[in-house]
Amino acid sequence: MKTLLFILQKEFRQILRDRTILSMMFFAPVMQLIILPMAANFEVKNVNIAYVDHDHSSYSEQLENKIASSGYFKIVAAPSSFKEGMELIEFGKADLVLEIPSGFEKNLIREGAQEVNLSVDAINGTKSSLGGVYLVQVMNDFNKNLDVNIKLPNGQIAQNAKITVESTNWYNPRAEYKYYMVPGILVLLLTMIGGFITALNIVKEKEIGTIEQINVTPIKKWQFILGKLIPFWIIGLIVFTLGLTVMYVVYGIFPQGSLWALYLFAAVYLIALLGLGLLISTFADTQLQAMFIAYFFMMIFMLMSGFFTSIDSMPDWAKTMSDFTPVTHFIKVVRLIVLKGAGLADLGTELLYISLFGIALNGFAIWNYRKTT
Amino acid sequence: MKNSFQFSKYTFQLLAFIRKEFYHVFRDRRTLLILFGLPIVQIVLFGFALSSEVKNIGIAVMDNAQDVPSEQIINKIQSSSYFQLKKQVINYKDIENRFKQGEIKCALIFPSHFGSDLYKPEGSKIQLIVDASDPNTATIVTNYLNNIIGNYQQELNPAAKMNYQIIPQVRQLYNEEQNGSLNFIPGVISLIFMIVSTALTSVAVVREKELGTMEILLVSPFKPIMVLIAKAVPYLVLSLIDFIIILVLSVFLLDVEIKGSLLLIFAESILFIITCLSLGLLISNVTASQQTAMLISMMGMMLPTLLLTGFMFPLENMPKIFQWISNILPSKYYYAIIKAVMLKGLGFSYIWKETLILAGMAAGLLFVALKNFKIRL
Repeated sequence: MKTLLFILQKEFRQILRDRTILSMMFFAPVMQLIILPMAANFEVKNVNIAYVDHDHSSYSEQLENKIASSGYFKIVAAPSSFKEGMELIEFGKADLVLEIPSGFEKNLIREGAQEVNLSVDAINGTKSSLGGVYLVQVMNDFNKNLDVNIKLPNGQIAQNAKITVESTNWYNPRAEYKYYMVPGILVLLLTMIGGFITALNIVKEKEIGTIEQINVTPIKKWQFILGKLIPFWIIGLIVFTLGLTVMYVVYGIFPQGSLWALYLFAAVYLIALLGLGLLISTFADTQLQAMFIAYFFMMIFMLMSGFFTSIDSMPDWAKTMSDFTPVTHFIKVVRLIVLKGAGLADLGTELLYISLFGIALNGFAIWNYRKTT
Repeated sequence: MKNSFQFSKYTFQLLAFIRKEFYHVFRDRRTLLILFGLPIVQIVLFGFALSSEVKNIGIAVMDNAQDVPSEQIINKIQSSSYFQLKKQVINYKDIENRFKQGEIKCALIFPSHFGSDLYKPEGSKIQLIVDASDPNTATIVTNYLNNIIGNYQQELNPAAKMNYQIIPQVRQLYNEEQNGSLNFIPGVISLIFMIVSTALTSVAVVREKELGTMEILLVSPFKPIMVLIAKAVPYLVLSLIDFIIILVLSVFLLDVEIKGSLLLIFAESILFIITCLSLGLLISNVTASQQTAMLISMMGMMLPTLLLTGFMFPLENMPKIFQWISNILPSKYYYAIIKAVMLKGLGFSYIWKETLILAGMAAGLLFVALKNFKIRL
């Protein structure tokens, strides 16, 4: 026990001595947590439309106004030909071109239907594709309004079956993106700190050669490993606390569920992560290697964790992969506790999962750690 | 005579040093494995595992009516690939619990007289509760369900025909087959370049500082600039190999069609790689330890690149200040260039502005990096 205390003293001195790393460890996550959620926004608004109106009728103008006032779109130009509209797309000035053919109003009244051409810049990701969907919706709405104008007088509507859907948004009534993103980003930052720094720290001793000096002392394997893990476990929890504070102070999000449950999960999760860092360090000889192995896993974790895209829509093999990713479970837990107020009773399975990760990763790391090179 | 002799001496020295750097790189098998594995894994995951589509949404129903119409609607939901129907819920408490366990994303509640109210003047009401913690999914879920129910309503009223209809003919420009891969390939390419060229280079130089071998290099008659060039060349080559891997995989695995000129794509890529390399060299000059260099180039640069380049989240939605910040990120311009040339098949006249900015950045960064290069440690 005394030996362990000495090792801890050494580790803390080393960590506290290096101001750059220290400030990077605390300052960077806080800054990123303040900044990133504002950037990570899937909300679709300001889709730029080039509205090519060949008809210049009252209906085509009504449609234009309807689109402009829907809140999703910005009509950036009203070019006179499709070719000019295409050019706007090529220069990235517009995302969609809507072309209203001449005779639009006349055909609409005479034949009841009229086609319009909607060209979507399909490379521009979510923005354009969702923009297209929204535009179709706006047009359907416009259709309905036209219907009402014509139909109401003959009084037939009342006899038809009518279903109204009343929808309520729970947990995030105003559908603000920050509620979803902030907890997710907090988890990612914690993961990076926990995974990267431990791996780097141990490999640094290998690379500089100081690990040999420790290896020839009577320090036991478990003492060395605990001595390395405990400081970073504490740092991880401090970073987590800082993150929660930022979440509350900057974004006004206070966990709905119990803080104790949150910290319990964070503590167990950090143990699993530190185990991963340790494991990486047993495989790597240089810091460069350690960083790359860590980065490799971090990338996969980030993509598979459901942070960006929904896990439900993945194919089965990817779902299994996602299940074997510790980040998946922690992100889920943090979102459930922070946003929905889930308690330990709801999250028993997740706790089991994360604990298993902790045991497996640390066990493998300790087994693979050699005091001799 | 003497000049040409000197010149050949320098080239010879330079070649020798580049060879040394290549040895460094190729000896480290693990890093190499990851270097080439990374783009492959990313392409496979993005191409086959991740999609922005929303499918298999967990839904539970509370059917207080238990009549034919409510059952018909439930059947429709069940047969839709968007939803996965879970066990019935009994009460609101049950709904809440299952939201908390993350089992369902929405719940649909039929009132007890659903079927018999249908033809009354006020019609029937269905209550829909959506878990809006993820706003995007919430919007999509609401839309899907409204569509399903709307269709059902129309089936009940065959006589009611829409009088006026504007029918949009949607054309997916540049991507008629709706190949989802097109969206992320430019992003993956820029990310890989940032990693290989910026992060690896910065660490490679600092490593020599930390191990003390830099001192030896600096006291040699070798020119400092040559040290930097020799350091950068292997990573330029590695980046290009990665680039080729990504291109080959995109074309043969993901069926992406490269529409523009390959020569232009390569030229622009080399320009971007040089920018990244200069950035890496600059980082390595101002840092003293590998850890700091890594933290700056990985943690400090990676997330902003991912978020502010515009390939994950639309830039226009961000606060103005981020749009300004994004203007100083080289990856933003490269992303725009690659998208325009590779996927839209546009020519140089469309991207000269971005190219110019990128070239300016490369020159500026290289200049600062050289200025900051210390001959004494």
